[in-house]
Amino acid sequence: MAENIKAYELAKNQREISISEFFLKNRHLLGFDNPTRALMMVVKEAVDNSLDACTEMKVLPEIKIELKQINENRFIVIVEDNGPGIIKQQIPNIFGKLLYGSKFHSMRQSRGQQGIGISAAVLYSQLTTGKSTKIYSRINPKKEAHYFELQIDTKKNEPNILIDKEIKWDKDNGTKIEIEIEGRYLKGKQSVDEYVKETAIVNPHSTFIYITPEKEKFEYKRVTDELPIEPKEIKPHPYGIELGQLIKMLQDTRANTLAGFLQNDFSRIGPGTTKEICDNAKLKTERKPKSLEEKEVESLFKSLQETKISAPPSDCLSPIKAELLEKGLRKEINADFYVTSTRSPSVYRGMPFIIEVGIAYGGELEKEAQVRLMRFANRVPLLYQQGACAITESVSETSWKSYGLNQSGSNMPTGPAIILVHMASVWVPFTNEAKEAIAHYEEIIKEIKLALQECGRKLSIYIHKHIRAAEQRDKIDLFEKYIPELATSLSNLTGSKKLELEEKLQKLLKKELPSLGAGNGENGKKE
Amino acid sequence: MGKMAKKNKVAETLKELGDNVIKDVSKNKNPSIIVPIRALSNVIFNEKTKTLELGDKTSNRYFFNVAHAKKFLQTIEIASILKKELIDTNKHEHLRGVFYITKRTIPGTNVNIVDEQTESDSIIEDLEVITGLSREELHVSANKMGSLVGNIILLDSGDTIDCSKLGKGGYSVPSITDELDFKKVNAKYVLYMEKAAVFERLNEDKFWQKNNCILVTSQGQTTRGIRRLLQRLSEEEKLPIYVLCDGDIYGAYIYSVVKYGSIALAHASERLTIPNCKYIGITMDDVIKYDLKKQLIKLDEKDLARIKQVSQYDWFKDNKSWQRQFKMMKEFNGKVEIQSLSTRGISFISEVYLPNKIKNKEFLE
Repeated sequence: MAENIKAYELAKNQREISISEFFLKNRHLLGFDNPTRALMMVVKEAVDNSLDACTEMKVLPEIKIELKQINENRFIVIVEDNGPGIIKQQIPNIFGKLLYGSKFHSMRQSRGQQGIGISAAVLYSQLTTGKSTKIYSRINPKKEAHYFELQIDTKKNEPNILIDKEIKWDKDNGTKIEIEIEGRYLKGKQSVDEYVKETAIVNPHSTFIYITPEKEKFEYKRVTDELPIEPKEIKPHPYGIELGQLIKMLQDTRANTLAGFLQNDFSRIGPGTTKEICDNAKLKTERKPKSLEEKEVESLFKSLQETKISAPPSDCLSPIKAELLEKGLRKEINADFYVTSTRSPSVYRGMPFIIEVGIAYGGELEKEAQVRLMRFANRVPLLYQQGACAITESVSETSWKSYGLNQSGSNMPTGPAIILVHMASVWVPFTNEAKEAIAHYEEIIKEIKLALQECGRKLSIYIHKHIRAAEQRDKIDLFEKYIPELATSLSNLTGSKKLELEEKLQKLLKKELPSLGAGNGENGKKE
Repeated sequence: MGKMAKKNKVAETLKELGDNVIKDVSKNKNPSIIVPIRALSNVIFNEKTKTLELGDKTSNRYFFNVAHAKKFLQTIEIASILKKELIDTNKHEHLRGVFYITKRTIPGTNVNIVDEQTESDSIIEDLEVITGLSREELHVSANKMGSLVGNIILLDSGDTIDCSKLGKGGYSVPSITDELDFKKVNAKYVLYMEKAAVFERLNEDKFWQKNNCILVTSQGQTTRGIRRLLQRLSEEEKLPIYVLCDGDIYGAYIYSVVKYGSIALAHASERLTIPNCKYIGITMDDVIKYDLKKQLIKLDEKDLARIKQVSQYDWFKDNKSWQRQFKMMKEFNGKVEIQSLSTRGISFISEVYLPNKIKNKEFLE
C-alpha cells in the first residue's frame, strides 16, 4: 500500500517541462557551458542571424560587432547589420521563443540549422544578468524603426515584452541587438577575435567591423561583391530519413495517395521509382498515406532504403567557391602560397554536401609549430572540440610528408601552414548540440581527404620548387664563404697572391653554378 | 739524403699540390685533386711480397662540387698548415694538435673546417697517398701507446737509453720511430703482444732477461710507430718477431696487420710490414693442449660476422692453417684471452707456455 501512496506523490511532482526550462538546466548542450564560450556563442548566434538575413535578401552584409565590458565578468554584446530588418510582429517570436524559426524543417543549407540560436542567447542573458534584450529593427526608410525590450517566459516558452515602441534610428534598414551577459573575454584560438577573423575568411563578400572590450577596432573588408548563391530548398531524400520522420510525414502530407506522397514529399522519386518502391513494400500506389498500418510503414521504410534512387540534387548547396575562398585567405592570412579546392557535391545518408579545402603556406606563419587547422560548417567557424571532429581525423590521417610538411605518425602535421576545411550541407551531422565537431561519416571523411590531397599535391609542387631555389641559394652562399678560405690556404701553401686567386675562383663559381649538383661522392656513389 | 734536403723535398711536394690546383683555376677548370682510393676495393694482396698494397684506383676531389667542396678545402688547408707551421719551422705536431689548428669556424657561417679529429686524421692519410709522403715525413705524430723493454740500447734525440734498466714501465715508444738509432742489441728475438697487462706480467717475471729477448706492446691495434720499430728490428737487426695475441678473430687480425699491412694504411705497407713475423699464440690448439675450454668466452653475432669477413680476406683465404683456426673458433663457439693461462699458475706463461712454444718452434704463419 505504501508504494501506491508513493506513486501518487510522484505523479504530483511530474509535470511538463518547457523547452526553456530544459535549456536552463542543460545549457552546456547548446554551448553555453562556460563564460568564455558563452560570450563567443552569443556573438556567433547574432552574427549568424545577420548573415543569413542579408543572404536571403541579397544584400552585401556589413556587420558591426561590439563588445562592451561592464565589469570583470559582464559584457554587452552589440551586433548591428544592414539586412532587411524584421517585421514588428515577428520580432518577439524570433528573439523570445526557443525553437521558433523556419529553418528546422527546411532542407536547405543554412548557418543555424535548428533555430535555437538567438533566443538561446536571450535566455542566457536573462539567466545570468536578469536583463532584457534590446532589439532595434527597421525594414524600410519610409517607416520608423521599431524598438523592443524583451525576455522569455521560461515556463510557457513565450516572449515577455517589456517595451514595444517606435523609435528614431539613423539607419534605413537593418537590425541591431544588445544583449547583456555574464562572460569572459580571452584572446587566443577559441576567442571572439578568432571567431570574427575566421568568419571573415569564409564570408569574403561581407564586411565586419569589430570592436573589442579593449576598444581595439578591427575592420575586415569585403573582397568581392559576388553574393553567395542562394541555396535552394529541397525535399528530403529517402536515404536520409528515419522511421519516426516517415511516420510524421505520412500524417502531415497533403497527398491523397501513396504515389502522390512519394513523388511530392521526397526528392528524386518519379513514377518509375514510385512503382518500384511500392512493389518492394507490397503496397498499392493508390493507398491513402494516413491509412498505412505500423507494419506497412515499416516495410515502406525498408523499401525506401533498399530501392535504388538517384542522389539528391545539389543546388541546395552554396559552397564558398575555391576562388573566393582563396581571396578570403589572402586578405586575412599573410602567407607566400595559397591553394584552394572545391569538390563536386557528394552524399552521405541521403544528404548532399560539398567539401572545400584551403591551404596557406609560408610567409609569416610559424615554421616549427603544428599546422593551424580551421574548421567550418556552412560558413560557421568551429572553434571547440577539434579532437572529436571528422575534419581533424581526415587531416591527421593524410600523409603530409609527401606534400612537404613534417608529420610524425598520424598526428597533425607541422610546418608554416594553415589548413582550412569547410563542409557545406543541408544537414551537417554534428556530434552533439554544441555543434562544434562533425560526426565521422565515411563518405565525409573520404571527400575531405580527397580535397586535402588535391591541395596537398599543389602545395608539394610549390614547396619543392621553393626548397630547390633555397638550396641553390644556400650552395652559392656556401661557396662564397669557402672561396676566401681556399684562397688563403692556397696562398699560404704556394705564395701566390690571395686576392687574385679569390677573384678567379669567384668567376669560376659563376661558370660552375649549374653543375654544383647535390652531387655524387668522390667514388661516384650518391652521398 | 740529408735532413735539410729531405725537408725541402717534402715542402716542395706539398707546394706542388697547391700549384696544380692554381693551374686548374688559371685554365678556368674546376680545380681537382687526384686521390688514390683508400678502401678494401682498392687494396691488393701482393702474393710475391706478401704485403697489402694500394691499387691504382683513384678518385677526383673537386672544389666546385657540393659533395666534395669541404674535403677539398680541408685538404688544401691542412697541407698549408703542415708546410707552413711544421715543415718550414721544423716542428712536429700530434694528430690532435693538427686537428685543433684546423678546427675553426668559417667567418659568417656555422661551418667548421673540421668538426672531429677523425676528419683531420683522414685528410692526413689522404695527403700521404696524394703526395707519397709518410705521416712521419709530414712531421705529424700520433698517440704514444706502446712500451719496450729488453736487452737493447737506443739513441733517442741524443739521449742514450738502456732498455734493460727501465723498471716496470719500460721505454715509452715514441710515435715516430724512424729516427731512433739502435746502439747495441743483445737479444735473440722480439716478442710483441697486444696486451699491456701481459707485458707487465712478463716484465715482472724478468722474462726478457731469462730468455734474452725484447718485449714490445701497444694497447690494442698496433700503432704505426711500433710497426715501424718492429720492422726495423726485423730488417736491421735480423731479429725474429713473434706476435702474442688473444685467441680470437681480432688477435688474428692484429697479427695480419703486423705481418701484411692494413687496409687503411696499405699505401704505407712498404715501411710497416714484417712478412716473416710469426704468430706464437694463443691458438685454438692451445685451448685443447692447456685445457682452457672452461676459459672460453662465448662468441656473439659480431664475432661470428668478423670471422666470416676476415677469413675471406685475400691474405687469409688460402692459408690452410689459419682457416683451420677459424673453423675451430666456430666449433668451440668461443674465444680465449692470453691471461686465461693464469689458471695454470700466475707465471705459467713465462715459465712454461712461451719457452715451450719457442723451443718447439710451435708457430703459426
